[in-house]
Amino acid sequence: MRKQLMKGNEAVVKSAILAGCRAFYGYPITPASEITEAAALYLPKAGGVFVQAESEVAAINMLYGAASAGVRAMTASSGPGISLMQEGISYMAGAELPCVIADIMRGGPGLGNIASEQGDYHQVVKGGGHGNYRTLVLAPHSVQEMADLTALAFELANRYRNPVFVLADGFVGQMMEPVEFPQEAVEAPTPHWAVTGTAETRANLITSIFMGADELEAHVRDLEKKYKLAGQREARAEEWFTEDAEIVLVGYGIVARILKAVCAEARDGGLKVGVLRPITLYPFPAAHFQKRAKRARIFIVVEMSNGQLYDDVRLALNGARPVEFLSRMGGNVPSHEEVLRFVRERAAQLGQKWRVHAAPVESAAQAGQKEKMAHV
Amino acid sequence: MSSEAAIEYEVAQGRAKAFYPRFERKDELQHQTHYCPGCGHGIVHKMLARAIDELGIQDRTILVGPVGCSVFTYYYFEVGNVQAAHGRAPAVATAMKRSRPQSVVVAYQGDGDLSAIGSAEILHTANRGENITVIFVNNAIYSMTGGQAAPTTLLGQKSTTTPDGRSAATEGYPLHMSELLATLEAPVYIERVALGDNKQIAQAGKAIRRAVQNQVRGLGFSLIEVLSPCPTIWKMSAVDAQRWVREVMEKTFPLGVLRDRTKDAAPKALPPAAPALEEIPRILGVAEQDLPAGNAHAMEPGRDVDLEVRIAGFGGQGVLLLGEVLAEAGLDAGLEVSWLPSYGPEMRSGTSNCHVRLSSRPIDSPLVAAPGILVAMNEPSLRKFDHSVRAGGWVIYNGEAFPEDCVRQDLHVLAAPFTQLADELGDARASNMIMLGALLEIAGALPGASVDAALRRLVKNSRWVELDLRALERGRALLKHSFPEVIG
Ligand SMILES: Cc1ncc(C[n+]2csc(CCOP(=O)(O)OP(=O)(O)O)c2C)c(N)n1
Ligand code: SF4
Repeated sequence: MRKQLMKGNEAVVKSAILAGCRAFYGYPITPASEITEAAALYLPKAGGVFVQAESEVAAINMLYGAASAGVRAMTASSGPGISLMQEGISYMAGAELPCVIADIMRGGPGLGNIASEQGDYHQVVKGGGHGNYRTLVLAPHSVQEMADLTALAFELANRYRNPVFVLADGFVGQMMEPVEFPQEAVEAPTPHWAVTGTAETRANLITSIFMGADELEAHVRDLEKKYKLAGQREARAEEWFTEDAEIVLVGYGIVARILKAVCAEARDGGLKVGVLRPITLYPFPAAHFQKRAKRARIFIVVEMSNGQLYDDVRLALNGARPVEFLSRMGGNVPSHEEVLRFVRERAAQLGQKWRVHAAPVESAAQAGQKEKMAHV
Repeated sequence: MSSEAAIEYEVAQGRAKAFYPRFERKDELQHQTHYCPGCGHGIVHKMLARAIDELGIQDRTILVGPVGCSVFTYYYFEVGNVQAAHGRAPAVATAMKRSRPQSVVVAYQGDGDLSAIGSAEILHTANRGENITVIFVNNAIYSMTGGQAAPTTLLGQKSTTTPDGRSAATEGYPLHMSELLATLEAPVYIERVALGDNKQIAQAGKAIRRAVQNQVRGLGFSLIEVLSPCPTIWKMSAVDAQRWVREVMEKTFPLGVLRDRTKDAAPKALPPAAPALEEIPRILGVAEQDLPAGNAHAMEPGRDVDLEVRIAGFGGQGVLLLGEVLAEAGLDAGLEVSWLPSYGPEMRSGTSNCHVRLSSRPIDSPLVAAPGILVAMNEPSLRKFDHSVRAGGWVIYNGEAFPEDCVRQDLHVLAAPFTQLADELGDARASNMIMLGALLEIAGALPGASVDAALRRLVKNSRWVELDLRALERGRALLKHSFPEVIG
């Protein structure tokens, strides 16, 4: 399979179209704008619809319309725009309409800044709109996953008739990595419940209104059942050297990439460190945590927000193991060194020794380079 | 209108085919509507249902209902029904029509819905000239929520939120949405009608029919504003309410056609047919057969690469492109690569930088905290990042000489006036490629064919490719000249 170098944001759109997306309604915002721009370029060519909406409020309601018409539809935004969409997302969950929303997170609250952050966790994972509903949330940590999880998001949105988020931080949206795509586009048949302006669909109704108390409660219970089923079937996590890990690092998105690098170095130093990376943030992969709690002595949550993922990890572990927390915000990224230092401190408290290497391990390339440079 | 006609406001069952014979979606009283006696909504429903009947479009019709007293339009109309959020019906209708152009989409809205909370959506939907029909029922008040002021509330009119009557000084003036929308280029037909008497009702029926017909003919955006009685909230009898429409409301909101381009408007073209599914990968530029094969074979066998590079400079110096060419060349050579731009706070001063990694093994983190090579295209970038370069690493600096106060003893430094060198080659903007040439020589890992291929892929203009190739050569030569020992 040949790969292409591509930005995460662009990969989202290409993958979406391959997954049958034929409508995109969006409003520009850094660092998500490349998604809207790529959608403007490709959707019309693919026989789809692109409209730059007048606001995120309009955009999400256009999604409501497109989904009502039985079309696979998506939008993309970031913090402030997602805040504006919340009413519409609640309506879509209430009316059981599928859609995919990419949130490429930036710094908040308020206008905050446009740098990479993870502060939308709560508003996305906990369902920031009104009422008793949830959204499914997928958290890519590479460009390949931006593509793969977007495709999965469409599948899940349709299967559960519910909005699904692709939640990425600015870096994952902005960075370029090699990516490959499926070579066959998905055929997306019109769902039977859609309202398409035909005799067959004339009796269909899309609404989130349930006037009677019992009626609404029954509806919400049905939604709950759906979320529970999703919880059983769709929770995903990546386990990275967790088998024997005594210290489990937890993070998603770009943070997970840093944690993998830290993990490698910590293992070089003789520490049994692993990384548990939630891929679905809702449903939260609690079972993975419970399993690793049997052997791990401590979990360390690293996030670019103020303890939002941390809450879910503590809920998942339910007191089984101590959970430590390291965060950077505002566009600051937890550096490799600061995470490693944090890990080493906690390891020392656990009585684990850092094995000091006689000679630091370095790659052959570095060694070779050094040799060359020795003459300089 | 006589009180006899007022009784007709009730949507009588079975009158229009576009109505359900019995309103089974209602909990109770399924033979009548939920509207109060004398309410204008019922009669507007009836006129819309008749128009649907007469145009023979019942199967094709999608009715987008609002939030307001008419929230339950789906109880009555036997058409495809979608219930929208407060004020957003035009946005919902836009998307439905765009995806199902053969359908006939009608957005039904109250004056709070359309002129207050949904003012942006209606304005932009009209301005895009969406081929939909909007029925705008103006009763000068928020009825459903119990009689608060609307933007359309008349001066002096009492409401629960203007207990002393609307005052221009504090609440502004009644908002004339139809006039406002009629200032736009795109709308085809906008008319204000009323339900003040039989004659007015007859005119309203015609207007509504025409607004729907325009859509069927593909002409574009049509909106009918209906001045409509709300006896309950106005606290009037049905007859008085009708009189108030006629004698009071109409003075603020004069009736008539505000825009009519029905005759001149050309039917909108339908979107082109969608391409076959098999075409999609090609259209997206991801079809395997269209992707370059790469030059991995040209890599030195067994060569283990782990290159971590940070490139920084002013915006416009080609920082990101330098990184991209490097990453693209790495990919072409079969390596794992990542390219990560810094943006956000760091971009404020017009500087930009990127992290590039090329490796024989999977790349864990794309962030380069401690680069092996720093390309600093200006002094601020040098000062910002030189401390981060790992011991024994390289700095390629665009400047005559390294600033005295920032020389680290454990680094290799190639300082040269790259901008000037590029200028000598023909364009100062090629300085980034001279620096890349030097970098490639230091890294020594990438086959020339891969660099060449990457450059050609990313730089489309052939004059620039030629210049950049010379720039790369210049950079390589410079490094060889300055550090003859480096060449293995
Ligand atoms: C976001 C939101 N804000 C407020 C409301 C409450 N609300 C429901 S209907 C309505 C006003 C409706 O007035 P109008 O559009 O004039 O319709 P009418 O009832 O007069 O026919 C309001 C404020 C809501 N449903 N949603
Ligand atoms: S309150 Fe007014 S608008 Fe609402 S149904 Fe009654 S008369 Fe009609």
